[in-house]
Amino acid sequence: MDVKVNILRYNPETDRKGHWEEYILEADPDERILDLLHKVKWFDDGSLAFRRSCAHGVCGSDAMVVNGENMLACQVLVKEVSTPIKIEPIRGLPVIKDLVVNMDSFFDSYKKVMPYLINDGEPGERERLQSPEDRDRFEDTTKCILCAACTTSCPVFWTADTYVGPAAIVNAHRFVFDSRDNASKQRLEILKDVDGAFRCRTAFNCTSACPRGIQVTKAIEDVKRETLTIN
Amino acid sequence: MKVIKHSFDGVIVGAGGAGLRAAIEAAPHMKLAVITKLYPTRSHTGAAQGGMSAALANVEEDNWNWHAFDTVKGSDYLADQPAVDILCKEAIDSVVELEHWGLPFSRLENGKIAQRRFGGHTVKEGEAPAFRACYAADRTGHMILQTLYQKCVSMGVTFFDEFQVLDIKIDDGVCKGVIAYEVATGDIHIFEARAVTFATGGFGKIYKVSSNAHSLTGDGPGILYQKGIPLEDMEFYQFHPTGIYRLGILLSEAARGEGGILRNKDGERFMERYAPSIKDLAPRDMVSRAIATEISEGNGAGPNNDFVYLDLTHLGAETIKQKLPDITDFVRTYVKIEPINDPIPVQPTAHYAMGGIPTDVNAKVLSDETGTVLPGVYSAGESACVSVHGANRLGTNSLLDIVVFGKRAGQSMVDYVSSTKPMTLSDNAAEDLTNKIENLMEKDHSLEFSVPRIREELQDTMEENAKIFRTEESLEKQTEILSDLRDRYQNVTISDKGKVFNTELLEAIELEYLLDMSDTTVASALHRKESRGAHSRVDHVERDDKNWLKHSFAFKNGDSVKLEYKDVELGNYEPKERKY
Repeated sequence: MDVKVNILRYNPETDRKGHWEEYILEADPDERILDLLHKVKWFDDGSLAFRRSCAHGVCGSDAMVVNGENMLACQVLVKEVSTPIKIEPIRGLPVIKDLVVNMDSFFDSYKKVMPYLINDGEPGERERLQSPEDRDRFEDTTKCILCAACTTSCPVFWTADTYVGPAAIVNAHRFVFDSRDNASKQRLEILKDVDGAFRCRTAFNCTSACPRGIQVTKAIEDVKRETLTIN
Repeated sequence: MKVIKHSFDGVIVGAGGAGLRAAIEAAPHMKLAVITKLYPTRSHTGAAQGGMSAALANVEEDNWNWHAFDTVKGSDYLADQPAVDILCKEAIDSVVELEHWGLPFSRLENGKIAQRRFGGHTVKEGEAPAFRACYAADRTGHMILQTLYQKCVSMGVTFFDEFQVLDIKIDDGVCKGVIAYEVATGDIHIFEARAVTFATGGFGKIYKVSSNAHSLTGDGPGILYQKGIPLEDMEFYQFHPTGIYRLGILLSEAARGEGGILRNKDGERFMERYAPSIKDLAPRDMVSRAIATEISEGNGAGPNNDFVYLDLTHLGAETIKQKLPDITDFVRTYVKIEPINDPIPVQPTAHYAMGGIPTDVNAKVLSDETGTVLPGVYSAGESACVSVHGANRLGTNSLLDIVVFGKRAGQSMVDYVSSTKPMTLSDNAAEDLTNKIENLMEKDHSLEFSVPRIREELQDTMEENAKIFRTEESLEKQTEILSDLRDRYQNVTISDKGKVFNTELLEAIELEYLLDMSDTTVASALHRKESRGAHSRVDHVERDDKNWLKHSFAFKNGDSVKLEYKDVELGNYEPKERKY
C-alpha cells in the first residue's frame, strides 16, 4: 500500500525555521514507523536526521511525536496509525536537526535526583536480602529507558522547563521505594522544591506516552505523598 | 573542519556494560573519558534479557567448576580453559557487587537473588539443567546497563555522548590516543590518551535477520583491523534459536528456561530427537541447527514452511506476566499474537560474535598469534575475544563476560597509566580522518554507490551464504561477492553534505567495518575444514581436534585476508564428543 507521510524538517545550516515535507511511501501495514523513516533516509533523502538503535523499544532513542502523540517510532506499526502520518520531534527541547532534539537538560534533571543507590552501610560478602514484596514496590519504575516521551508530553514542562519532569521523578521513585536505599530524605527534599513533584497537575499525558507502560502519574503521586512523611 | 584537542590519561570507547564497568574501575585513578556514539543508556547491553550466570547456589547445590565445565563443553572445547576458570570463579563476586550497587534482581522468598535455568547450564557436569542464571524478570541487561550508568553518574565519570571514535593513533607500536567525530556538530576531536579500551560491542548487522541494534557495526574491531591488528575466531558467529519470525527480535532463552517448548508444524517437540537429555535447553548452536534442519526437511510451519513455534501456552498467565513480561510484550506489539493463548513463530537470528579483537585475560590486546601485547590498548565485552566462549557461547555468559573482563580492562588501564608518562599528539593527528571525510563529502552522489544499496546486498548475501550451514561452494561464492562489494565501496557516495547530525556520513564509514567483519568471517570459515560449535560445514561435518583445536587469527593483507593459528589452552577438561 502507499502511505502518505509528513515530516517536520529543519536543517540549521540552511533553514530559518521548520517546514513540512510530504513523502509517498510503499509500505507494508505490519512495518514500523521507524521503517518508514529508514525508507526516506536510505532511498530518498539521506540527510533526514533521527536517532535510533535497537529498533524494538528498549534503547529509548527514537521518541517522537506521531500524529500528535509521543511514542517510540520503532514500537508502532503503520496499521495502527491514521494517514497521513505526521511525524515531528518531541516538544519542549531545542531541535538540533529534523527529529533530533538536544537532550542535555533532560539528563541534567535526571542527575539532579541522585539516581543511584545510596547506602553507606557495610553490605557484607554476599547480596543484601530483599523480600519479593519489597522488590515489587519499585518494580514499575525500574523499567524506565530515559526516552523522554513522558517529560516532553507534559504541559507543565512545555511552559516551565525548570520543572524536573516526570522521567526524573520516576527515577527518584525507583530509589525512594527501594528498601536497600537510605537517602530517600535527600531526594524528597529536592522533589519538595518549587520545581519538583508538586508542579505535576496530573494531566496523565506522561502515563499515556510511556512506551514501557509505567504508571508515571501514579509514581509521581507516590512521591508527593512520601514527601509529606519528611520534615 | 574544526579540530579540537583534549588530553586524558585513558579513553574508553563504548558505554555498554563492558565500557561502563571498565570506567568504574579506572575513573578514580586517572583522567578518564568515556566516548560513545550513542547516549550510554542506549547501548545494546540494555537489550539482553534472560540472566547472568554465577554459581551462587541460591536455589540448589552448585559450584563454579560445574559452570566452567558447561562453558567449556558449550564452547565445543575451543575456549581457553584458564580464562573460563577466571570467568566462572569471578562471576560470584561480580553478581554480588552489582547487587551492592543497586541492581534490582528478582528475589526468592528468602530474599536472596533468584536464579533460573538456561541453555547448556547443568549441575554435576551434565546431570540435569541448573538454576544458575541470576535475573531481573526478562530485562536483566537493562538493569545491568542502568545500574552501571547510575554508578558512573554517582562517581562523576566524564562522558562524551554522541561522539564517534573513527581512528586510533599508534606510533612505533605504542598507543597515543584516538580521533572522534562529534555527531551534533561535525567537529573533529583529538583525544590524547595512552590507555585506550575498545568496548564497542558486536557486528550483527552483517546479516539481514539479526537481534542486533542498527549501531552494532564492528567499529572497534574494524578500526584495529585496518591498523594491522588481527581478529580472532571470526568464523564463530552465534545464531540465537528464537528470533521473532522475519524481524529477528530476540525472545530470550529464559522462555525455554521457564518451560517453553519448540514445536514443528506437526506440533512435535523436535528437540527430543536432537538433545534427548536436556531437549529445548540444549546450547544455542545445536538448537539453531535443529531448527534449520527441521525447516530444510519440510517440517517448518507457515505457508513457506520457514519457521517453527515457540510454545509458552502451558506456562500460565501468571508465570508469563511475572517472569517474561518484556518478550511477551514484543510478541503482542510486533506480530499481534497473545503468547498466553497461541504459539509464537520464530526462526534463528544473528545474535553474537564469539570472535573479535584478541586479548589476554587482562583485556590486553594481542597483535599476533604468538601473544605479543600491543601496549596501551585493551578490549572487553563482545568486541573482544579472550576466548571464554570458544566456538559457541552459552546464554547468560555474555553479561558475565562484560563485567568480569570490563573490570579487568579498567584495572589494566590503571596499571599502565601509573607506570607510563603522558603521550602527546600533534595538531595534525586527525589528518587521515579529515581527508577520508572530505573525500566522502566531495564526491557527487549516485544511487548505485549509495550506502543502503551496498549494505543491503551485503546483508542479503551473508544471510544466504555464510549463516548456519556453510559449504566451500557457498563461502567461495560469498568471497567473490564481497570482493565486488569492496570494489563498489571504493566509490561509495553520500547525499548529505552538512555538518550537523550527518548520520549518512557515519553509516558510510560504518559500512567499511561491516565489510571488514564479513571478509574475516568468510575467510576464516572457508579455511576451517571442520564443524565446531556455531561453525557448521556441510562438507566437513565432523569436529577435527587433531588439526583444528586452534584459534584463527585473521590479518588484513591488502584487500585479502591472511590466516594464522594458535593452539587452544586446555585445562581440566579433555575434549570429548559433545552430547546433551
